[in-house]
Amino acid sequence: METREHIYLDNAASSWPKPESVIRAVELTLREAAANPGRSGHSLSVEAARIISDARSEAAAFFGVADPLRIVFTKNATESLNIVINGLLRPGDHVITSRMEHNSVMRPLNAARERGISISSVRCSRTGELDPDDVRKAVTKDTRLVVLTHASNVTGTIMPVAEVGAITRGEGIPFCVDAAQSAGCLPIDVDAMNIDLLAFTGHKALYGPQGTGGLFIRGGLEAEISPLVMGGTGSASEHEEQPLFMPDKYESGTPNTAGIAGLLEGGRFVSSQGIASIRDHEMALASVLLEGLDGIPGVRVHGPAEPEKRIPVVSFTVDGMDASEVAYRLDDGCGIMVRPGLHCAPSAHRTLGTFPGGTVRFGFGFFNTAEQVRTALEAVSSIVNKP
Amino acid sequence: MNRAGRSVILFESVSSALHAEKILKAGGIAHKIIPVPKHISSDCGVCIRVEGEYLEQAGRALEGKVRVLGVRQLPEAKGR
Ligand SMILES: Cc1ncc(COP(=O)(O)O)c(C=O)c1O
Repeated sequence: METREHIYLDNAASSWPKPESVIRAVELTLREAAANPGRSGHSLSVEAARIISDARSEAAAFFGVADPLRIVFTKNATESLNIVINGLLRPGDHVITSRMEHNSVMRPLNAARERGISISSVRCSRTGELDPDDVRKAVTKDTRLVVLTHASNVTGTIMPVAEVGAITRGEGIPFCVDAAQSAGCLPIDVDAMNIDLLAFTGHKALYGPQGTGGLFIRGGLEAEISPLVMGGTGSASEHEEQPLFMPDKYESGTPNTAGIAGLLEGGRFVSSQGIASIRDHEMALASVLLEGLDGIPGVRVHGPAEPEKRIPVVSFTVDGMDASEVAYRLDDGCGIMVRPGLHCAPSAHRTLGTFPGGTVRFGFGFFNTAEQVRTALEAVSSIVNKP
Repeated sequence: MNRAGRSVILFESVSSALHAEKILKAGGIAHKIIPVPKHISSDCGVCIRVEGEYLEQAGRALEGKVRVLGVRQLPEAKGR
């Protein structure tokens, strides 16, 4: 392989590179504390369990959750969303969602339809924005759940989560937020925003390893949500029925201890840098990109015009050129890695009018630089000018 | 309650026991995580051992924060 510098602009899919502290924590855990956490009572087992306990406290503090035992670790946001959608909804229930959702919400919801659950998908604007009042209007006497992404993985559009939370709280409807893109990127306080269920993933803006994620479940709701997976928890072993207490009800089987050790360090990394300062840096990059793309004829940027209305995710199309071809030429010719296509979110692309062709998506992270954005802009410009 | 002897505080799960450990640590209350003694339960988990003189203080610190399943006094002498 040639030694050309690679420019990684696909942080919305998975952040990369990872902070050194994350890499070290994974390695150290495998070297020194890879016993089965808490199953055996001996000191190495307790050490492994303590890593997970520390990560639980870190995650709780991160999202303004007072009791760490309300945090369940899962393998990603997808599993967390499946726990909620499959575990909470019963035949006859009604769910409200938006037309900007990822397939990790849409696929389990559409499967739930087969079980007699009805769905309202609230319309969004061509820039992916949602009017909270449309959520209020969609509420029926059977509405059992509102599930909404916090930020679109296609356009970066930030959704009015706190406003919707005020509505669901007033109506007494559980509110589930898909924070796959936003956790680590935007401040989240489950109480201030009235979030009852928060699904997050570890490998994006929390800078942890893949295969880590979690779910916050507000007190009492666990009585109404069946677990997706059942089995050994290291607790209540004399019983052959699944324990009903948090977090064990949803944490069967040996967890990804090394991964969770990495997630803990990823969370600490974000906290020590500060979400606000990371966001300032990333939005400065996004603004340079948005301005630059605006000046290239034939390039159309999707999503809100105001940078502050998005996370650092920018999608664009080039007139007369396939998104996949633009992405291929960025990678092959310039070593710039982005993600073309539908981004697992066909519904969002229909909303934008970019279905089925899709868009080219740039997603910035902490480690990107203004220099890289300038190089990317030059590359886009030359691709557009030499079709 | 015998203030002289040692007791163990029992929890629902390892997660609860380790959360309790953090709370006791933060409160400066002496304690030790140990495997649940065989005569109390055949479960594979851990519990928290405290000296009698700290038991009340520990109970107060955990109240409303972690569910305690029970407190058992340990047999005298023959300590570990
Ligand atoms: C908005 C959104 N929701 C959910 C997911 C699913 O996350 P994961 O693949 O980590 O489960 C993603 C990322 O792919 C996403 O961008």
